[in-house]
Amino acid sequence: MADVKRIERPLSPHLQIYRPQMTSVSSIFVRITGIALIPIAAVVVWWLLAAATSESAFAFIDGLLRSFLGDVFLFLSAWAVFYHMLGRLRHVIWDFGYCLDIETAVKLGKGMFVGATVLSIATALIV
Amino acid sequence: MVEFALPKNSRIMTGKTWPKPAGATNVRKFQIYRWNPDDGKNPQVDTYFLDMDKCGPMVLDALIKIKNEVDPTLTFRRSCREGICGSCAMNIDGINTLACIYGLDEIKGDVKIYPLPHMPVVKDLIPDLTHFYAQHASIMPWLETKTNRPAKEWRQSIEDRKKLDGLYECVMCASCSTSCPSYWWNGDKYLGPAALLHAYRWIIDSRDEATGERLDELEDPFKLYRCHTIMNCAKTCPKGLNPAKAIAEIKKMLVERHV
Repeated sequence: MADVKRIERPLSPHLQIYRPQMTSVSSIFVRITGIALIPIAAVVVWWLLAAATSESAFAFIDGLLRSFLGDVFLFLSAWAVFYHMLGRLRHVIWDFGYCLDIETAVKLGKGMFVGATVLSIATALIV
Repeated sequence: MVEFALPKNSRIMTGKTWPKPAGATNVRKFQIYRWNPDDGKNPQVDTYFLDMDKCGPMVLDALIKIKNEVDPTLTFRRSCREGICGSCAMNIDGINTLACIYGLDEIKGDVKIYPLPHMPVVKDLIPDLTHFYAQHASIMPWLETKTNRPAKEWRQSIEDRKKLDGLYECVMCASCSTSCPSYWWNGDKYLGPAALLHAYRWIIDSRDEATGERLDELEDPFKLYRCHTIMNCAKTCPKGLNPAKAIAEIKKMLVERHV
């Protein structure tokens, strides 16, 4: 195999062909929601800072968040918070060595999507 | 490094459509990845048709039929045809498995076959596994002992032997490692599920006397800790093993020896 590297070999397709699995999809969503929480946290900080700055500054960001798009943003943010929280909780369970069989892991993955949605709707109804 | 798109020389082109078998009523379409190192072209997906009334039940049967009767240049590895050699691992219908033990009836619609994902291609369905094997060798896949060799054999209780079940059955087909997104992005440094399952197989072997050294070797941000418990490995393993569980046990042992 010494001369193998001399030819420029193509890389076999990966993401393009691999069928999405509940295991991988539920995992990547933990990463995606985690990253999304950074700008979401920045908005929360902006809102608090504005409240401490002036009435007009607060009215602006508060008005944005209370608009229809603001509601959508806050709902998705709540979903991201809950999903990420459930995802990390699943990691804690895994780190203790439990629920690592495929059947349970898949159930937990589905549970995270359902759970985050239910919790977000409950939050939206209560707030 | 995370790179979603394929490099320029790896983009897949539409390939040749081979003729349908004459007089067949039960025809099935096969789409198979081809790459020839000698023609200087990009990889392509060829379309074949087989008469399913005259074809064996497994994906490997279909591949052999194509090679024998339609296109003798189709290249793939196979040997035992019963799931014990691990040669015919490939991506079938979007998941990695062994062609010889994956039934054609388990696939809905056209049969799509690619080489194991995110690997350098030697030809057609044959990936270059050199690096994968080197990683396996790096975990010292043998019994490491320090005490004097016993007169007859290294003995083990029935309970200790049982700990190896679900680990020793691995045939090193590379289905798991090449299903792992972490291995796709960091396969140069991350050992991947197969090598780590083997590492754990020797770590918990009651006869092995290098457990500490083995754990030292794995305590590394890349070699072990690129595993994010995505679990594609366990989902795809054609032998029904669970590398994710083995990796989690190694992580637990690393924590436990610090507390």
